[in-house]
Amino acid sequence: MRIFDPHIHMTSRTTDDYERMAAAGVRALVEPAFWLGQPRTSPDTFADYFDSLLGWEPFRAGQFGIRHHATIALNPKEANDPRCRPVLDLLPRYLEKDGVVAVGEIGYDSMTPAEDEVFAVQLALAVAHDLPALVHTPHRDKARGTERTLAVVTESGIDPGRVAVDHLNEMTVELVRDSGCWLGFSIYPDTKMSPDRMVELLKRYGTERMLVNSAADWGRSDPLLTRATGEAMLLAGFTADDVDRVLWRNPVEFYGQSGRLDLSDLADADATFAGNSILRGGS
Amino acid sequence: MAPDNQTAEATRTAAADRTAQADRTAEVDRLRAALHGVPDPQWLADALHRVAAEPATVTRFFAAAGRRCGRDPLPDAPGWTADEAARALLLAALPADHAGHAGTLYRYGDAAEKRAVLRALPLLDVGPAGVPLLHDALRTNDTRLVAAALGRYAHRYLDQPAWRQGVLKCVFMGVPLDVVDGLDDRADAELATMLAGLAAERAAAGRTMPDDATGLLRRLTATQEG
Repeated sequence: MRIFDPHIHMTSRTTDDYERMAAAGVRALVEPAFWLGQPRTSPDTFADYFDSLLGWEPFRAGQFGIRHHATIALNPKEANDPRCRPVLDLLPRYLEKDGVVAVGEIGYDSMTPAEDEVFAVQLALAVAHDLPALVHTPHRDKARGTERTLAVVTESGIDPGRVAVDHLNEMTVELVRDSGCWLGFSIYPDTKMSPDRMVELLKRYGTERMLVNSAADWGRSDPLLTRATGEAMLLAGFTADDVDRVLWRNPVEFYGQSGRLDLSDLADADATFAGNSILRGGS
Repeated sequence: MAPDNQTAEATRTAAADRTAQADRTAEVDRLRAALHGVPDPQWLADALHRVAAEPATVTRFFAAAGRRCGRDPLPDAPGWTADEAARALLLAALPADHAGHAGTLYRYGDAAEKRAVLRALPLLDVGPAGVPLLHDALRTNDTRLVAAALGRYAHRYLDQPAWRQGVLKCVFMGVPLDVVDGLDDRADAELATMLAGLAAERAAAGRTMPDDATGLLRRLTATQEG
């Protein structure tokens, strides 16, 4: 089973997680820029964060043969802090980088006027930089938040086929399906979506435009729930080809629209010298 | 210093500057020739032209160089990949303030861009202004950056304590010492002491040293004894 996790926050995970993910079949992933639990107060810390998403994390991932890409954005939660607003000025520079395959995570947290503005500005940046967009839906007031999200997407003029709307559940799946956007599901230990519920959704709605991710981060989460979902699919009678479509070909197709997805030579572990894997960068 | 000596010194410095500039130009020409076979040579030619006329455009071209020129090693420029060489040429094509541009491109660069800036430093007339970038790269745990920070520019400008720590860090991280330019020129008794300490720690832990580090330590010890 080859797995592409289209949404996982490796910054918050250990190197052991990379090792376990590689063993479970994860060969590629996308790490969206989001918030880190602790609020930030200046654009400089975002620049360091973006540098890490484009430098250190791909290096760590490469040691286990995992290809790391990123999405870059000012997230909706921190969009509400005027001190973070200058992050928008940094984005044009970062949206040109090789490893950046979408603008994201953008969207709504509390549905404030500041979030409206920053969301719209960043959808326009996605169009200007010829990138897809990864859109987070709010955890509170999700159904109405998703409706409002889709209205902003429509208004922006971006092709819905270049937008993934994430963290969906039984309440929001049909809204997004009808919009033409891609559908993201975050499989979590307790909240959001479970492997068995995901299988039911796949039975009901098919595998087209469906993206399954672990969204693993600093919260209680599990980077191997993509694999668990693939296994649950097989147990429920889906074929290996169905699993490959959901866990590999769909995310490749979605992020491939950036023209920057690089999955060449995946068997090779990056950045090792003379066969040495530098697992901790020191002895 | 007597006036005559000052004149002689100034003449010698000017001659050395001219030689250094000629070396840099020759290296740029060599990379340019080696890049003839890249997938989109016209893109690079246009980019170099634009950067010379409008320096602010370098940001966008620098980021896109890997996608447009590829990332394979260049057969005619051993040790260089196409993206690194293209980025070095973009930096060299800037009309002025090479140190300022190198600093900014490094600060906001992804790992490949940072590495290209480090590789480009010997091609730029920046004197020691690039040394803080070497210090930054040597603080990382990214082997690609550490290796790129110990090239010809480091040989010329990096202070000895930082250079020794860089060499030792290579041994620590398993980076082959052939990335270090002028290794035997700059290796000294203090580095030998540090290497011997690491060798003793490794031996205590039942671990071995890389062969190239053992070889260097042997050469240094032989020199001291001889």
